[in-house]
Amino acid sequence: MTLLSVRDLSVSFTTYGRTTQVLHDVSLDVPACSQIALVGESGSGKSVTMKAIMGLLSTPPARINSGQIFYDGEDLLTMPPARRMALRGTAMSMVFQDPMSSLNPVFTIGDQLGTILKYADRRLGRQRGRAGRRARVAEVLAQVRMREPERVAGSYPMQLSGGMRQRVLIAMALLSEPTLLIADEPGTALDVTTQAQILKLLKDLVEAKDLALLMITHNLGVVRETSSYVYVMHKGRVVEEAPTERLFAAPAEQYTRDLIAAVPRLTGPALTAATGEAARQGGGAP
Amino acid sequence: MEYLVFLVRRLLWSLLVLFGLSVVIFVIARGMPGDPARMALGPTASADQVAQLRETMGLDLPLVTQYVRYLGGLAQGDLGRSLLTGRSVSADISDTFAATFELVLATILIAFVVGLPLGVMAAQWKDRWPDNSIRLFALLSAVTPTFLLALLLQILAGYVLHVLPTTGRLPIGAGFSADITGLVTVDALLKGNWAILGEGLRHLILPAFALAAASVGQVALTTRASMIDVTSQDYVEAARAFGVPERVRVLKYMLRPALVAPMTILGLSFASLIGNAFVVELIFAWPGMASYGVRTILQKDLNAVMGVVMVSGAFFVMVNLAIDVATGLIDPRVRLGGRS
Repeated sequence: MTLLSVRDLSVSFTTYGRTTQVLHDVSLDVPACSQIALVGESGSGKSVTMKAIMGLLSTPPARINSGQIFYDGEDLLTMPPARRMALRGTAMSMVFQDPMSSLNPVFTIGDQLGTILKYADRRLGRQRGRAGRRARVAEVLAQVRMREPERVAGSYPMQLSGGMRQRVLIAMALLSEPTLLIADEPGTALDVTTQAQILKLLKDLVEAKDLALLMITHNLGVVRETSSYVYVMHKGRVVEEAPTERLFAAPAEQYTRDLIAAVPRLTGPALTAATGEAARQGGGAP
Repeated sequence: MEYLVFLVRRLLWSLLVLFGLSVVIFVIARGMPGDPARMALGPTASADQVAQLRETMGLDLPLVTQYVRYLGGLAQGDLGRSLLTGRSVSADISDTFAATFELVLATILIAFVVGLPLGVMAAQWKDRWPDNSIRLFALLSAVTPTFLLALLLQILAGYVLHVLPTTGRLPIGAGFSADITGLVTVDALLKGNWAILGEGLRHLILPAFALAAASVGQVALTTRASMIDVTSQDYVEAARAFGVPERVRVLKYMLRPALVAPMTILGLSFASLIGNAFVVELIFAWPGMASYGVRTILQKDLNAVMGVVMVSGAFFVMVNLAIDVATGLIDPRVRLGGRS
């Protein structure tokens, strides 16, 4: 069954009197318990798609011109705002990208996670006291493999390493036991070794908890590691979709071939003249 | 622990600043043309009398010896004798300082209680009419000269509308002595004397608002700028994505990191606040240290002038130290050092 379904979504931005359409009839599906990737270069519209799903677009300047976003059969765009608020951060939740800037520098980790949990509880009508919240925060921090969850909860972000902060961001997304996790290039701000650990952790958690994952990234290596089905975005359109294995084996679109050709490789044959040149002339590949 | 080191270091710097201030003010006082002894005794005194007073005041000693004696006195809280009142300067200052302290405290309170909400509102409605009117108001209150505003308020509230008293700390003959803290309002509160508390507040309103206007404008504009800066931070968006209500986002997640800038600005502008207090105290006949300072300057009462400058300097340093402590409590980045 399809958990999240985006149908023909079109979004435009109006700034200084000029309107630019940034999404053209974007459609994508995230079935329950599946791992889906949305890949594209900077400016391809993947972040706008994510923000539209999460309800984070500021309107104005943004405007959703047409389309539907179904979550569990309900259209997020037409449901009452209170209902949508109740879903956000609880049923569907997000792993933020930048561990350096996504945590408030002046509150402890425990305070920030506790506050999020408190209002999530309130929206869902759950009863949980301060001690209960503290226990839940420690539990989730332990799930993201923090060795001393209590100590981490009492720390300020600046006292933690980048990798630990990124794990805190994952813990933040898991607080209210979501069914859908949207991950916005987690770990791109970290060194490659730490990023690999973060992705591994995320994948393990998603599989252990049977969550659906929508991974938004510009990195085809990440796509290969974390997804079973891929949507490729370019200039505000979904240009290709395929199961991950097939996409890498037999890309249908020229743009996808260029993207794959742009991935640096250490083994195998050298780039063919055709794909290599195309990637360079296109100038858009990451 | 790191915080303690930070505080101790700030305290030592403060002492160094005060030492430097004492050197500067001493050199200026002694270097000024005119003989303090002659000025004290007047033009009719004989040369012998003047020489005798110079000896009593220690003015005949070498400058360095004079300075060491001055510093020794300072360390014991002895600021010398005032030529104007004939009493010890420290007694004069301790009689008048409380009134100034009360005025300045009320001013800082107003600067924050009025300035902060204005800044927050302006940032919330950025570039719309509430923001534009708040910015205009803040700019006007920041640039209006304090003496002009003081006079306007006095005329408007006192002589046109007859709603507020325009001089002094309490009505004449109120028979209340602020002998606990020296602050009329605080002492009235402690003694449970509501009538005097009301009168004290009524007398405080005009001078405090006249003095606070510039700071209100500054605090509002700085708060606005730093709130807008914080608005675009990822952590604010993250809080929104996780459904933290807007009220909590603005008043907790945004205001607290945004507080450091207006507090620092207020600490820095505290010097001009003390300068303006001289004018405000004169206009409202507020019996504070500032108006005492003005009288002693006009009389060239050097010991008293030096005393007032030293106490004002110490006041400035203490306020900034207090602000450092407060920002350290508000923002752990200040307290825990600049590691990122």
